[in-house]
Amino acid sequence: MVTELFSPALYETLFPVGISRYAVGGLLVGLGAVVIYLGTGIPAGASTFLESTLSYVSDQSRFQRYRSSRDWRIVFTLGIIAGAFVYALTIQSGLVSSGHYEAGTTGELYDIGGVTLWLTDVQPWRLFLGGILVGIGTRIGKGCTSGHGVCGVGSASKTSIVGVITFLIVAIGTAQIVMALGVSP
Amino acid sequence: MPLIFVGGLIFGFGLGFSHMARPEVVLNFLQFEDFGLLFVMGGAAVVTGIAFALVPRLRDRAPLTGDTYGRRLKSFDRNILIGGAIFGVGWGLSGICPGAAYASLGVGNITILWALAGMFIGAYIQGYWRSQRTASETSTTGAD
Repeated sequence: MVTELFSPALYETLFPVGISRYAVGGLLVGLGAVVIYLGTGIPAGASTFLESTLSYVSDQSRFQRYRSSRDWRIVFTLGIIAGAFVYALTIQSGLVSSGHYEAGTTGELYDIGGVTLWLTDVQPWRLFLGGILVGIGTRIGKGCTSGHGVCGVGSASKTSIVGVITFLIVAIGTAQIVMALGVSP
Repeated sequence: MPLIFVGGLIFGFGLGFSHMARPEVVLNFLQFEDFGLLFVMGGAAVVTGIAFALVPRLRDRAPLTGDTYGRRLKSFDRNILIGGAIFGVGWGLSGICPGAAYASLGVGNITILWALAGMFIGAYIQGYWRSQRTASETSTTGAD
């Protein structure tokens, strides 16, 4: 197994909470995209939703071009929210346990009506400012982590691979600088 | 539509299970403290890779839409690098990307509305700007 390829100390450093929750989660993300692909032939991405939904309220030509896909993109997004809620209801709440799941220590858990929910500690200004840049960047760059990262790389698209390498390198640089400036969390 | 919802459901559950809906975990990856994210993106791309390679050989058209099965290929231009870099700064600052932000809402993270509001504003800014530019380009060519 992967574990044996590394010395235990190195593995512990690279993957302090193991890899199974990541690998299982990733396989499910891929499976979700494949289910949609099998039925519709659409390689789905998450970020077009931002523009297609704006077509309901804005007449700008840039948003209107997504008019034909705007309804199913809302359904896809609602599905993502609902799927994450099912995870919160079952695994995060401890109702269902899995040997592949390692609970985390990040953020804060809170409880509403027996459902364990989670809140981030990352400061709102980072989320807001970062969100604006994500909104601009994913649309100019023709895709995000799901469109380029999951479906594009899965298609062996050179464009997507270059896109992923670009945003990974820049994101790592940014996160390292922000950390070095002492911003936490 | 029900199928798209089910696909989204599995997709969102996976993002929750893998903790990608938690910006802290993504930031831990970008700060080299936990490399697990590679397995999320890799695992997902392996699954879609197999399906995108295999399905078009087995069938011609998707049953629900009648669309031909293809791969996700987009043309390469300067925008891939410019947009990718802007997205990278935003992702590195916030630790959140669009799909994970929707999922984050699902796990109860109300604070993520800040990021979602930002994403809509950002998408609007670039859409407004690019729509205006296209409009002025067409009117210039029209005048020639």
